[in-house]
Amino acid sequence: MTANLAVHAPILVVAVPLLAAFATPLVSRLGEAARKTWLILAVAATFLWVLVLLDRVLNLGPQVYVFGATHPGLALPSGLRFPVRIIFEVDAMSAFMVLSASLVALATAVYSLRFMEGSDGLDKFTSLFLLLLAGMLGMELTGDAFNFFVFLEVSSIAASALVAFWRQEPEPAEAGFKYLLLGTFGALLVLVAVGILYGRYDALNFASLAAQLRVGPVEKLALALLVAALAMKAGAVPLHFVTPDAYSRAPAVVTAILVSVSQASLYGLFRVAFSLYGLNLPSTAVLGWVIIVLGLLSMFVGVTMAIPQHDVKRLMAYHAVSQTGYMLLGVGVGLAVLADPVAFREYGLKAMEGGIFHIINHAMYKGLLFLTAGALFYRTGTEDLNVMGGLAHRMRFTTVCFMIGAAAIAGLPPFNGFASKLLIYESVYRFNPVLAVIAMVVSILTLASFVKVFQSAFLGPELPAYRKVEEVPAGMRVGMGVLAAVVVFFGLFPQLIVNTLVSPAAQALAQQAVYIAQVMGGR
Amino acid sequence: MGIADLPLVAVAAMLAIGVYGLLFERNLIKIAVAMSVVESGVNLFLVSLGYRQGGTAPIYTMAPEGTPMVLPTPQALTLTSIVIGLATTAFLLSLIVVLYRHYGTLDVREIRRLRG
Repeated sequence: MTANLAVHAPILVVAVPLLAAFATPLVSRLGEAARKTWLILAVAATFLWVLVLLDRVLNLGPQVYVFGATHPGLALPSGLRFPVRIIFEVDAMSAFMVLSASLVALATAVYSLRFMEGSDGLDKFTSLFLLLLAGMLGMELTGDAFNFFVFLEVSSIAASALVAFWRQEPEPAEAGFKYLLLGTFGALLVLVAVGILYGRYDALNFASLAAQLRVGPVEKLALALLVAALAMKAGAVPLHFVTPDAYSRAPAVVTAILVSVSQASLYGLFRVAFSLYGLNLPSTAVLGWVIIVLGLLSMFVGVTMAIPQHDVKRLMAYHAVSQTGYMLLGVGVGLAVLADPVAFREYGLKAMEGGIFHIINHAMYKGLLFLTAGALFYRTGTEDLNVMGGLAHRMRFTTVCFMIGAAAIAGLPPFNGFASKLLIYESVYRFNPVLAVIAMVVSILTLASFVKVFQSAFLGPELPAYRKVEEVPAGMRVGMGVLAAVVVFFGLFPQLIVNTLVSPAAQALAQQAVYIAQVMGGR
Repeated sequence: MGIADLPLVAVAAMLAIGVYGLLFERNLIKIAVAMSVVESGVNLFLVSLGYRQGGTAPIYTMAPEGTPMVLPTPQALTLTSIVIGLATTAFLLSLIVVLYRHYGTLDVREIRRLRG
């Protein structure tokens, strides 16, 4: 029975949170405890199905799930030479992404039980949270371009509502409005690109499109639209300006999961670059350099904008922009040398491993940092670093979690951020030493920025206003603790994680022919 | 360029008008309307993709023998996109209501407090 159900793991990963989201209004009528239990059960069940899916992908190979077929593996209906149904194509890269996202979702769901207590409309919060989870997981599992657009929109709308959730203040509504406007516009750009490709090739499936693609001016227009839209959604400079507003005005528990949502768009960008276009391009170096430049801009502009901030979540939001730059840099270098087998084998694949490893590392430590900012807000009622002070005296657990997250984001050993940044420095240096030096300088500035936060909020004498401040409730500590534990574990055993999860993901992303063959067969 | 390209001209015009509105309008409701215009332009683009000269409606059991059909898939995509557009428009308008309650104005220049 379990073995039979496991075949359906790809769809269950999305169906569980989606159906749970729609059932939430009914469950909420049973009371507060029922709603809370429902949220945790739904997210935990989703996480378990992600683990089942990950196990199948790593042990049995990529999973193809065909909606509505007589057998979920039947990608090509008899007699036809191209897929007509919606297909989830789950390879090691997809599985890696849903693992990262669902782990953050689980930690933040536990954290949210106490953090959101007292807010109005928590049944709607729960529905939106689960809808957001379904949307971003769907983006990472689907192999269908239009289906990707639908999940992009689902996650966009749910995320906007959560950003604007605390509507008793005006700023969240403003941030939500911007997020929705830009999110919708970005999604429409994706839709136009999908339409262009459909018009040319009568196909919506990524693998089918990739198999037929002949890159000309129209295809380059579609590529430009996709890169612009997905880079914007990922929070890359120069289209990053919605990110700091949304991240800083959303409830901290929402911000922590928004990091993973933006990474789903980053995944989309990488999939387009490698699996859809990839070696179909006359030169992968051009697109690779575009992504590298986006990465460098994001890295540097993000960190320099972060330094003058005195709102702790806004400061952290700019760092989220900056850290996205590392992922773009690492994967961009891999793309730039994709067509050169020698360079790719020597350092290109390693650069991709660094960039991809940084995705999950960033989701963990940035999620953790936003949760610590939420803990500070929960107890002090402010996010202003000029007002806070001396909180290390009363909030020891939060202080330790913050130190772990700050050391990780600054790239200090023995934390996970150090492991992925080192991979990036070493491999990018061989591609172009100047790029590696810029990345290192950004790390130093990141450290300076977080030392400032630490000094302002945690160090110094105990302030009269905070003499009665206590540590946050156990549920919030569990949420922070889970992410902190992962940060430390990945930092202590990076090679284990790279060999088990990251390297298979990087290879899956790089091997376009394998991605195509999963759906189209050997032909 | 023939009459068959007219829908694409309309698409380009709608996208241009909508984007202009998004960039330069000062009134929040007009911005929401501009987004709807962009959405409608994209929907027209999608449904135009399926057009075939002389094609009949894609209803399999009623099609005359040998007559070409227009493509049904773009129509399905368009319906989905319309539904999503409905959701985003409704939500934009509800956020505008919230913003108006807080600020007492629909002018974006008065409303933009989040900077830096």
